[in-house]
Amino acid sequence: MIYLELLWSFFQIGLFSIGGGYAAMPLIQHQVVDIHPWLTMTQFADIMTIAEMTPGPIAINSATFVGIQVAGIGGALVATAGCILPSCVIVMTLAYVYYRFRGLTMVQGILAGLRPAVVAMIASAGISLMILSFFGQRELPADLSGIRWASVAIFGLGFAVLRKWKVNPICVMAGSGVLGVLLYSLGGGL
Amino acid sequence: MEREKGIYRKLFLSTFQLSACTFGGGFVIVPLMRKKFVEELGWIGEQEMMDLTAIAQSSPGAIAVNAAILVGYHTAGISGALVTVLGTVLPPFLIISVISLFYAAFRDNAVINMAMTGMLAGVAAVICDVVVTLGAGICRQKRVLHILVLAASFVAVRFFDANIILVILVCGVIGAADVLCRRRRRKAEG
Repeated sequence: MIYLELLWSFFQIGLFSIGGGYAAMPLIQHQVVDIHPWLTMTQFADIMTIAEMTPGPIAINSATFVGIQVAGIGGALVATAGCILPSCVIVMTLAYVYYRFRGLTMVQGILAGLRPAVVAMIASAGISLMILSFFGQRELPADLSGIRWASVAIFGLGFAVLRKWKVNPICVMAGSGVLGVLLYSLGGGL
Repeated sequence: MEREKGIYRKLFLSTFQLSACTFGGGFVIVPLMRKKFVEELGWIGEQEMMDLTAIAQSSPGAIAVNAAILVGYHTAGISGALVTVLGTVLPPFLIISVISLFYAAFRDNAVINMAMTGMLAGVAAVICDVVVTLGAGICRQKRVLHILVLAASFVAVRFFDANIILVILVCGVIGAADVLCRRRRRKAEG
């Protein structure tokens, strides 16, 4: 029974979180804090912090966390499955349609119009991430003196290395982690 | 058969690696996937990757999962999509399962926090690198309409918090109108 509830709750989260990432947050809160007594608000805030610190989509992270808290590893499996089920069906249908019709001039025109918008969205996401990385918060603060210079340096170095030598991003990421520990411990912590 | 197995293994390992490094929300994985599948492996074309991104972005669910489904489906059909979904979901699933056992200690650990902060700067650098590459590609086409669409959608998303689905729809309509205009012009010219 609890498995079914988990499945259904996270199925809805997966189905209605359009636009990804932070769009899913209020939906998750609604399902796991408001409707079901699965997490307290503090636990919810904790899982959001951890979801931001660890890799992976927020919805998957919280599905795993909530599932384990409520019904052990089986719960985590069921909640995660519920979360990705809507995507699997809808995205695969769209992929089929895309590959079937993309040869048409009209479809090509529409797609050509979409591409600049995709670049713009990636750019906007990149700027949000820079702000989060340099200032430790999502909005640009009025007072810029709290800037973390170590993060700016890591960013600059990473960007330069990527532009110049086209290295594997995974290497840049691993190097950034090591540099983070080095620079921030030299500077006396975060 | 051997070759097929090789593709599945490569798909799984690639998405697993990428997902394990995707800090900071869904859109981060798209530039990483582009680096891997377009630049490194050459399995997907540049334009096609942007089309897939638009589909992943406008479908419900986590963008990382949606993008993984599309890449897998493109490369090896439905079974390919299942493999990439597994590769994408597994890292956060495993990490959160472990963390949920002692999450308060994890959240407050200084060294982990420093490494995570460093990696955040690294991710920001990777995204900026991709934006520069893609933006330069759009500008090289020398089509004023596309550059305008890029600038306008950036302003809409960045400064007016515009709904992403709406932006994608509007840009699609602009693309369609562009095709009709050019068709008419060609007809008028005979």
